[in-house]
Amino acid sequence: MRSTSSLLKRCAMAAIVVASTAFAAGGDASGPAPSFTLTTLAGQPSGLSAYKGQVVMVNFWATWCGPCQQEMPLLDQMYKKYKPAGFTLIGVNVDKDAPPVKQLLERKPVSFPVLLDPANQVSKAYHVDEMPSSVIIDRKGQIRYIHRGYKPGDENDYQDRIRQLIRE
Amino acid sequence: MIAALLLVRSTSADVLPDNRADVFWSKYSGGGMDITGYSATARAKITENFAVEANYFIDKVSGASVDVLSQASVIKDERKQKSGTLEYLHDKTTYTASYTSSVERDYISETASFSLSQDMFGDLTTVTLGFANTHNTVGINSGTANKPDIQWLGHALTRAYSGGVSQIITKNFIAGVNLQVITDAGYLANPYREIRYLDPTKTIGYTLANQVYPDTHTSTAVQVQGKYYLPYRAAITALYRYYNDTWGVIGNTYELDYTHPIRNRWIFEGRVRYYKQNAASFYSDLFPFVDSQNFTARDQNLAALNNTTVGAKVTYAFLPDGWKVFKRGTVTFDASRIRFNYQDFRNIKNFGVAQGFSPGSEPLYNFNANVFQVFVSVYF
Amino acid sequence: MRCRQIVMLGAAVGTMLLAGACSVQPWVKPYERDRLADPIMAWDRDAISSAYLDHIRESREGSRGATGGAGGGCGCN
Repeated sequence: MRSTSSLLKRCAMAAIVVASTAFAAGGDASGPAPSFTLTTLAGQPSGLSAYKGQVVMVNFWATWCGPCQQEMPLLDQMYKKYKPAGFTLIGVNVDKDAPPVKQLLERKPVSFPVLLDPANQVSKAYHVDEMPSSVIIDRKGQIRYIHRGYKPGDENDYQDRIRQLIRE
Repeated sequence: MIAALLLVRSTSADVLPDNRADVFWSKYSGGGMDITGYSATARAKITENFAVEANYFIDKVSGASVDVLSQASVIKDERKQKSGTLEYLHDKTTYTASYTSSVERDYISETASFSLSQDMFGDLTTVTLGFANTHNTVGINSGTANKPDIQWLGHALTRAYSGGVSQIITKNFIAGVNLQVITDAGYLANPYREIRYLDPTKTIGYTLANQVYPDTHTSTAVQVQGKYYLPYRAAITALYRYYNDTWGVIGNTYELDYTHPIRNRWIFEGRVRYYKQNAASFYSDLFPFVDSQNFTARDQNLAALNNTTVGAKVTYAFLPDGWKVFKRGTVTFDASRIRFNYQDFRNIKNFGVAQGFSPGSEPLYNFNANVFQVFVSVYF
Repeated sequence: MRCRQIVMLGAAVGTMLLAGACSVQPWVKPYERDRLADPIMAWDRDAISSAYLDHIRESREGSRGATGGAGGGCGCN
């Protein structure tokens, strides 16, 4: 009986710890950003290595994800603003099929590069556990920050982080 | 006449649903009754975490149901229902509070409800808990449809406790289970329905009398459901609900739905539902003599019955990709046909001693009902 | 005595499930929810319509309750 109740207590503590970290929208992260090569909508190969030396934000999005769509125009604005300072935004789309992505981008175009990850290899490599997710990588190729989800106002958070990393 | 107590009809607790407005028309005709309903609903997010919804519904009843048919009087009535809902989303929890008021000239029902919905385990599991409190005031119109004379008979208090778990099983399959316990106390009978007991002194062979209902009622319902995504883009839903209560009614509901979309424009849906219940313990179509039991009822809702529904629904998106401030606009047509069969409720309106049927041998009652709904929805 | 044994057995099974569940990771990833996010996979696309049908049934049947559904969807935040 004693061992049962202590097991329960330990399990409950673990659950609370996991739950509380899961609730954090953004967190500092570390480690080298896994490299990847995907294709653009036009079929051209591209990847993280093309942007070596720049501050990169990898944004995981899907056509079926409402908040993803909400933040796209703001990401586009941010991209145009900070591109001259050495910043790039890569939109990694996780849809299984390309046609809905093409349709969406025709209606609401963005200027940042969009790469397709239908097999979810990059999503797995980056341990994406929320949609949308934005991973911010510094000039040395290290992951510095992961933002999970999107709520209006989060773009200010992104901009603060990007400015910080651009200055490094 | 009976206010519906529903488990909160919400979707996931990750983002609040889109803003939406609907205009709705409905028509029920069956069993001698014609009920036309009109409704308008609007919901909007005040902030990303806070939404409000308001609904107005008006039902116009005309005709006469089989029991009133047997007592030979016409119904013409109107029911007006208003409801307001507040929704608040914090992290992965959605809190919902709502108030509904339904008013007819002989029946007033007010419900206040609260529920909480929590997403957990990587958003694969959603747990919902709810509580609703309803106060009903029951009366009877002793006058006529055009010259009413309302007598108020009593009050009833209903408490509903609900819990539900929804679980994503695979990329294609979601399942859920709901439990709802409802307890009411007070005046629980339908005052327009009467019992009959054998009476050889009468030409028709029986005498009508008031029903005597218990003043408490507790019921438990459990529903299990599953929804599966078919590879060519369609969805199939199956549900089963088991119900039992302290009045001895056991009800089983089986339903199967199939949803088939065509690109971004059309959604076709078909449904089949079968329901069966046994009679309440104090129900009888014909009692042997006056005061034969403590509790007596002849309300057809408490009889042994079954019904089969076949329905179809078509949704057409006239604004599939939005226009200006509107994200999407659809128009929906829904039609159902329900066949009701009673195993121990007889048609004493059309059949009696005059047609050669002694009391208790009249044909069992059955009827068909058609239900139509048309609504226009805009998302913004 | 039998009742107590059943409760103990239930608690033991529950604890094992809970201990097991603590080490299980969500098996459907957020980027795999495209089908679940499809509007056709919502339990209830039109709440007014379902509420109306429920009302019709509850007015004519002896059963009530436990209808509706929650959860599913895209799981986005």
